[in-house]
Amino acid sequence: MRSRRFLLDKVLISLVCMSVVIAIVPLASILYYVTIRGLPAMNPGFFTKLPPLPLPGAPGGLGNAIQGTLILVGLAACIGLPFGVLSGIYVSEYGKNFYGLTVRFLGDVLVGNPSIVVGILGFILLFRPFHGDNLYAGVFSLSIIMIPIVSIATAEALNLVPSSIREASAALGIRKWRTSLLVVSNAKSGVATGALLATARVMGEAAPLILTVGWSNFWYAGPTAPVASLTYAIWSFGTSGLQNWVNLAWGAAFFLIVMVIAINLAVRLLTRGRITYA
Amino acid sequence: MGAGRSRADIVFKALVLVFASSIVALTLAFFYELTTGSSYTLGEGFAFITSSTWGGSIGNFFGVLPAVYGSLVTSAIALLIGVPISLGVAIFLSELSPGHLRSPVSFVVELLAAVPSVVYGLWGIFIMVPFLTHNIYPLFRTYLGFLPIFQGYPTGQLPGASILDGGVVLAIMIIPIVSSISRDALQAVPDSQREAAYALGATRTEAIRISVLSYARSGILASIFLGLGRAFGETIAVAMVVGDTQRFSVSLFSPGYTLASLIVTQFTEATGPAYISALVEAGLVLLVVVFLTNIAARYLISRLAKSREAASYL
Amino acid sequence: MPSQELEAAYEIYTQYEGMRNVSAGPKLEVRQLNAFYGTKQALYDVDLAIEPNKVTALIGPSGCGKSTLIRCLNRMHELVPDARVKGQVLLDGSDIYSKALDPVDVRRRIGMVFQKPNPFPNMSIADNVVAGLRLNGVRDRGRLEEAGRRSLQRVYLWDEVKDELKRSGASLSGGQQQRLCIARALAIEPEVILMDEPCSALDPTATAKIEELIAELKAQYTVVIVTHNMQQASRVADYTAFMYLGKLIEYGETTALFERPKEQLTERYITGKFG
Repeated sequence: MRSRRFLLDKVLISLVCMSVVIAIVPLASILYYVTIRGLPAMNPGFFTKLPPLPLPGAPGGLGNAIQGTLILVGLAACIGLPFGVLSGIYVSEYGKNFYGLTVRFLGDVLVGNPSIVVGILGFILLFRPFHGDNLYAGVFSLSIIMIPIVSIATAEALNLVPSSIREASAALGIRKWRTSLLVVSNAKSGVATGALLATARVMGEAAPLILTVGWSNFWYAGPTAPVASLTYAIWSFGTSGLQNWVNLAWGAAFFLIVMVIAINLAVRLLTRGRITYA
Repeated sequence: MGAGRSRADIVFKALVLVFASSIVALTLAFFYELTTGSSYTLGEGFAFITSSTWGGSIGNFFGVLPAVYGSLVTSAIALLIGVPISLGVAIFLSELSPGHLRSPVSFVVELLAAVPSVVYGLWGIFIMVPFLTHNIYPLFRTYLGFLPIFQGYPTGQLPGASILDGGVVLAIMIIPIVSSISRDALQAVPDSQREAAYALGATRTEAIRISVLSYARSGILASIFLGLGRAFGETIAVAMVVGDTQRFSVSLFSPGYTLASLIVTQFTEATGPAYISALVEAGLVLLVVVFLTNIAARYLISRLAKSREAASYL
Repeated sequence: MPSQELEAAYEIYTQYEGMRNVSAGPKLEVRQLNAFYGTKQALYDVDLAIEPNKVTALIGPSGCGKSTLIRCLNRMHELVPDARVKGQVLLDGSDIYSKALDPVDVRRRIGMVFQKPNPFPNMSIADNVVAGLRLNGVRDRGRLEEAGRRSLQRVYLWDEVKDELKRSGASLSGGQQQRLCIARALAIEPEVILMDEPCSALDPTATAKIEELIAELKAQYTVVIVTHNMQQASRVADYTAFMYLGKLIEYGETTALFERPKEQLTERYITGKFG
């Protein structure tokens, strides 16, 4: 009887360790294949040329997709970050009331919103009025994905700042709004973490873009035309069945993964293992 | 205390209030726009979910039953496979891991969350699906083929794409969220509980079972709800590996589609207001389901936080 | 074939035999015990003999090592990461730290009650009491109910909770919870009971009840109690050990130690000059 207990203990511990190994395998596989299939595509042409014609062996690159992603993510951040940070400041510093709790709660729930639903909203609000793919709809969609993420991360970072700082500041006669900014500056790394993670997230989004900005085989041509993006390229070229297009898709995947891992490493360095949000 | 209200204070407070209200406004916008946007097909009532008639030549009636079925089945598979693995990871990180392994393992789990959905899809199509189709599924077919869910062969456009593949990809994608919330729940259990179990002569896993797992029950349940919401709403990765025929089949090896994959593959080609309305309503179903699971999860998590506070006063 | 009954009966028999054959020496003997938290040393060459069926108190100022020492007696110390022990602790002559023994076996025979009552909140009162028995494989409902009732009676909790056995273990008052924890420890029939400041989280009435209980328990068990309250030690303990900065300073019969301390340090502590 007793030895059965010890045997069961060892078996269960092995199962737990096995599950950790099983969780690591897909990541290792993804990193491995994305590298060996995507790295070869990383030549200067990848960054400077336009997509190739759908003919076997046709040369080309994804320069316009990189440009498009940068434009979309950059502009989305211009909207998403201010809205998110200010919203987080409200929740943490001014929001100890029912409305503040509601904003906090809804923010938490919106973080899990399916990105396709975000795309639908972007479609209804900004695609239709322009009768076609356009930049505004895409930027809008990406920014509304960013806002809840940045808001919750900011609120949590600000909450970690000890209240003694607020009290000391108020006791010195400093106005509340200045105190709030002081608190923010004390939580710089936490806020930056949220911003970086939200940016990494929207860099990898595809569904909203499919519905709002579509695809273009040319360089950026203005806000009322479709815009190419790396994620759309992977989605469309990857399933095309054409080898040169598939290769470019792997290249785009490699580029994206490198960016995303770099950002996550930066976040790890910033927080140095301190508490992060879920 | 401190300074009184200055004009700058009032302006700043108004500023942050307005910007924070964007979150409330967005929530309202989601529900309002998706409801009015599906006005054409809302009239179908529950038949929308229970029927599999897909309009077009037949008229303007759209039923998304196969998509609902696909979403439910892929999510169920994702939970069946992903939750045990996630719990194992959580238990490892919280209870069993030597100190130097904790950081690297949790970084790996964070990276799993950081990989973009399209990249999962790409890897899924070219690496995961062929591997499973050639090495794993034949075993299922041989030994468990008497079950109708394991019969048949994938026949869709993409050789090998199937519902089971969709479920497996989702399982991998929910590991980060389920394991991190579960881990938080496990770590919230006070050490005095573990001590009580060990003092009774429990082995390591027995102590974990009686003192930690049951105490952290509601937190673990919350993590499962969040995983379900994530699996239900995941779009691109699933769309890329689950095939896209509109046939309805019981076999897990046949292709199918989910609500999310349906929307993303059909939206750009949808013609006519009823067609679009159907897709928007599918989005509304997604929105409601994910909202409900997230609310349930957040409620359970808030109860966890409250009990943590109460326990510290014991 | 009732092999489970047979096994349970055999276990009781061997324990009985064990108790009958025990030598008249100390129940627990600590020999040259050194304990470490990482590189920090907490106990220095402690030698101590705990007499059977007596109450031994460990007293001393905060940080003197009394909690560390008591946790070394049932191998709970090693649960702390980077914790180490050098030396021996003999239970009836056998070293509990021998490689042949698993800590799980040791903790079956040496039970522990903690400072803050820690019943399992997701288990009922009844399930809490028999948790240890269940771990050891006892499944028979009748035996579990019987053992649970006996344990609760022994701590004078039975009458108070007999109609509410299904309620959560955490729904009782502090004093009741602590008695529940003692009942839980008693249910697996240990030989030694260790108590780490069992009354410091309780009010005076609850404390008095537990002190009464301790006086009764020594008839059947050997009790070691850590306390920061000298009056409690003099009320409850037959023997007292005074510790300071990880060393055992003085040990002897309680009345002798308090009335005629041999060491100056002991005398200064007892008269309240520090700690």
